[in-house]
Amino acid sequence: MSQPAVLTPAPVAAPAPSGGIRGAIALQGVSRVFGGGIVAVDRIDLDIRPGEFFTLLGPSGCGKTTLLRMIAGFETPDSGRILISGREMQTVPAHKRAVNTVFQSYALFPHLNVADNIGFGLRMRGVAKAERRARTEQIMGLLQIDAFATRNPAQLSGGQRQRVALARALVNEPEVVLLDEPLSALDAKLRAELQVELMRMQKRLGMTFIFVTHDQHEALVMSDRIAVMERGRMLQVGPVLDVYEQPRSVFVAEFLGLSNIWTFTARPGNIAETPIGPVTVTAPLGSATTAMIRPEKIWLHPEAAAPSDRPNLFPGTIREAIYMGASTQYNVELRGGAVILALDTNNQAAERSWRPGEKIVLELKPDNIMLIDP
Amino acid sequence: MSAIAEHPAAKGSAERTERAARAWRLWITAGPGLFWIILFLILPSLILLGIGFFSIGNYGNPHLPLTLEPFREVAGYSILGWSPGNIEVILRSLVQAISAAGLTILLAYPVVFFIVAQPPALRPLLLLFVILPSWTNQVVRTYAWMELLGPDSALSHLAQAAGFIPAHLGLMPGILAMQIGLTYNYLPYMVVPLYAAAEKLDWSLVEAGRDLYASGARLFWSAVFPQTIPGLLSGIILVAIPAFGDYVVPTLLGGGKSMMIGALIASQFLQTPNWPYGAALTIFMLIFTCGGLIVFRVMSRRLGSSEGSMI
Repeated sequence: MSQPAVLTPAPVAAPAPSGGIRGAIALQGVSRVFGGGIVAVDRIDLDIRPGEFFTLLGPSGCGKTTLLRMIAGFETPDSGRILISGREMQTVPAHKRAVNTVFQSYALFPHLNVADNIGFGLRMRGVAKAERRARTEQIMGLLQIDAFATRNPAQLSGGQRQRVALARALVNEPEVVLLDEPLSALDAKLRAELQVELMRMQKRLGMTFIFVTHDQHEALVMSDRIAVMERGRMLQVGPVLDVYEQPRSVFVAEFLGLSNIWTFTARPGNIAETPIGPVTVTAPLGSATTAMIRPEKIWLHPEAAAPSDRPNLFPGTIREAIYMGASTQYNVELRGGAVILALDTNNQAAERSWRPGEKIVLELKPDNIMLIDP
Repeated sequence: MSAIAEHPAAKGSAERTERAARAWRLWITAGPGLFWIILFLILPSLILLGIGFFSIGNYGNPHLPLTLEPFREVAGYSILGWSPGNIEVILRSLVQAISAAGLTILLAYPVVFFIVAQPPALRPLLLLFVILPSWTNQVVRTYAWMELLGPDSALSHLAQAAGFIPAHLGLMPGILAMQIGLTYNYLPYMVVPLYAAAEKLDWSLVEAGRDLYASGARLFWSAVFPQTIPGLLSGIILVAIPAFGDYVVPTLLGGGKSMMIGALIASQFLQTPNWPYGAALTIFMLIFTCGGLIVFRVMSRRLGSSEGSMI
């Protein structure tokens, strides 16, 4: 599927003023305090690389949307600097930033049809009519909305509106595309479809995407890197895999996926004394006070065939088995009464599934236990 | 078996009572309004229409035989031949009504957006300040303007000094005074529907406009103005129609040289009695207004924004 040369991938290394790189974003000590002293964004430092799919993840009210709005220019930071492609943005108003936003509510102009909505930004920038039309038609083809060109937004479904909103941003070939929970109003299947489409579009056009969501699954699926935010602070930034596998705080561990978390006191010989008993770990205990293991990293053995020559074996009873299609979540009660979550895939090799009341032995492999500093 | 045979009949009678009850409810709810409209709108209009076909009696009262003379007179024909007087009055009324609507629009937009920009708790109070004057009688308010624009008023002295009007004359009576009076009187009727539209403005569209490189006037026209069109259309109707037929303002501020249709009609019943002519004028004005409304409606449909407006 070859496309005309109008929408070519952005030149990633094009030099911008003051040595910046097109599509790079730098936040330096950015804060925003609302009336009543509510600190929405608290001294955030962040570098977003050109051409990256970057996700700001956090619960509602964590400041991720405020941060996005400051990059767009709808909010002004109370302190700190924002640089887009190396240019200082402090005095640059929203309409002069090479940044386009896909709004949560889509914010399509109801009095304009689809094609005019998409061509709006080009028209405001004074792009000639012929080029405007060519670019609008091309992006509509790319997003498969060309059939609706003359319809009004009110006549479109949610998914179609979403595509129009995306096209309206992409057609301007911005250095950075900001997406404010753009899929939250769609049903699960459509959302999954559009997630893939967004990723494909981003890779193809090479633009920097900054995606805001509270949906950890969405963040895991789409992002190159994610930043987990809570109460205006950035708790952890990194590639998806790192943040998921090696959370550096209890909040991140709990917000991103399921987890078993225990506080412990250190014992000699890499033994963590936890409420479920002594647990052997691989990593040096250092100053860590909390241990974490993901439910899918826990091994389940039948009581009769359980190994006895390995560390961290915990006999228990299945309390609940929650079937989730591809996998089953087991809530296992240990002898002391503590409950551990374990996840088992329902793959072809799985010999059996466990039923409530069955006795099993859980194995927590030392390598899979992550330590979290306070 | 017999129970089954009876069933349809029983159902039929239940349906009949249900239908009767529904008709009864309809009359209860719609009846008073319908009665009111028939008694005070349709019936008087029909009487006026009837009077319009009579000849003029000795005291200006309707008299036999029936004739089309009053309507010929509306069109400008009299025993002295054709004169453009009535057309001038109608055109003047039309121009006054349209410019009153235009001026109230220009005044209302800044006021409305100033109010909308205030904290929500403060807005009803500010809106009240705009509406408050209309709670007093229109005659009283217009008299106040007579004082303000009279020959000895500060405003008139200022205008005299500036050479705008000759010495010893006032700003009233005249076209300007009439326009001021109309604009002042009908401003709230533009502000209120515009405010209703502006208050529920979708500001994310404004942000989308800014995000897509629009600013200043272009941002207003592309993202704000289209959202206010329903309120604007309602406001135009609420201002232009009553201003077109207004009687108080042209009578008190307009003077003899700037007769408007409302004053012309009133004078046929009060000063130089000619009821059939007055009736014919009224019927003409009614038809003219309805025609104007229809044209306006078609035009606003074409704009594609009649949604939510009052017409």
